[in-house]
Amino acid sequence: MLCVEDLRSAHFGPIDLSVTGGACLGVTGASGAGKSILLRGIVDLDPNSGAVSWNGQSREAMPAPAWRRMVGYVPAETAWWADDVARHFDDLSVVGQLIEAVGLPAAALGWEVARLSSGERQRLGLVRALALDPQVLLLDEPTAPLDAEATSKVEALLKRELAAGKAMILVSHDPEQIARMAQMTVRIVAGRLVDTSEEAT
Amino acid sequence: MTGYIDLTYFDLVLASVLLIINGAISIGLRLGLGRQLGIAAVRMIVQLLMIGLVLKFVFTAASPWLTLLVAVLMVGFAGREIWARQHRRLAGLWGIGIGGSAMMAAGTIVTVIALAGLIQPEPWWSPRYALPLFGMILGNTMTGVSLALDTLHTTVHRERRAIEAQLLLGRNRWAAVMPSTKVALRSGFTPIINSMSATGVVSLPGMMTGQILSGVDPNSAVKYQLLIMFLIGGTTGLGVLGAVFASIWRLTDDRDRLRLDRLVVSGEA
Repeated sequence: MLCVEDLRSAHFGPIDLSVTGGACLGVTGASGAGKSILLRGIVDLDPNSGAVSWNGQSREAMPAPAWRRMVGYVPAETAWWADDVARHFDDLSVVGQLIEAVGLPAAALGWEVARLSSGERQRLGLVRALALDPQVLLLDEPTAPLDAEATSKVEALLKRELAAGKAMILVSHDPEQIARMAQMTVRIVAGRLVDTSEEAT
Repeated sequence: MTGYIDLTYFDLVLASVLLIINGAISIGLRLGLGRQLGIAAVRMIVQLLMIGLVLKFVFTAASPWLTLLVAVLMVGFAGREIWARQHRRLAGLWGIGIGGSAMMAAGTIVTVIALAGLIQPEPWWSPRYALPLFGMILGNTMTGVSLALDTLHTTVHRERRAIEAQLLLGRNRWAAVMPSTKVALRSGFTPIINSMSATGVVSLPGMMTGQILSGVDPNSAVKYQLLIMFLIGGTTGLGVLGAVFASIWRLTDDRDRLRLDRLVVSGEA
């Protein structure tokens, strides 16, 4: 179980929430309400305070890079630092399957980053995070630039990850996607959770 | 020192006519450079005449404390210059402290080694040797360090999302910043590499020209110039490396986060 207690940073929080393995928590809220700050806080990318743990292992008990390999965060806009796609992966052996699962050809590994469309970037960014096999997935608008067909492929892949016991927090502006993916939803307003409702799937 | 021709002040006035002609042309063509040129020329004249007097006084006094005081003042001016040349710099005292300390540490170590171990004047801190040597080493290191830090901070700020993307994939702070580190180091090393390549072919270094004009045997002048270039190269390298890695340490924290909140834009804080 992912446990977040009293998470706060400047002008944000406190926030308490928990997500069990195999479950998806949907997060909604207006732009600027703090959805991305919540995910950045959990993955410890900004200075923040609070207790965050996965299956009883506190993030402070391990170096930050180890925590981030266990808790994968895919921002709404992915960033790249080398010229071609393949150089962003340490281990290419597992990548081929994932790339096909999100609806891209295996040859995408040889593509130039500068020529990727926003949808290709977004899907390759997701593949990059999933390739490390994290136990928790924090996803910020993972299908925003995608068409319906690519979206359903990504959702199918994410459902397989959930079935494998991973915990997921999904930030989305699309209520239908939240309904398809999430067992619980929360809403963030001005850096705080205002409303929790449990929904049957 | 055979063949040494002392200049009279009349010679200098004659030479300055060339600069005055430049100023007149600028005013005549309304280039708007006349004022800047004039101010720079006056500054140069006053600064050089003053440093001549100061050096004469310090050489005559031959006091280690006075020599040290002048060296400390030089470090202060150079440190401030490094600070001023960065568009984005670390907030607070770190902004001047990291560049200044790296330059001072590297410059002091190399100057002391050169004086006590290589040139060996009597006494080893003799201001006639120590101050010009320290000044040349400091000036070049200052250029390298300020370029490296300016490039580092600009690059890290521009590449923040790419750096965070690498942190998110479980890389540590040093690995995530490495692409920016390389750009910054290259920028800091470029002036010294360029000046080593061009020296003797395109330009005769000012110090060597000065020695030759004042009657020193060219071979002897070349040996001094080589020594100086090795010292400058070594100090610039140490200073740039020290400043860049210290600055990365400050721009990240022990939870491997990128801390751009510790960076300010010049003129804003």
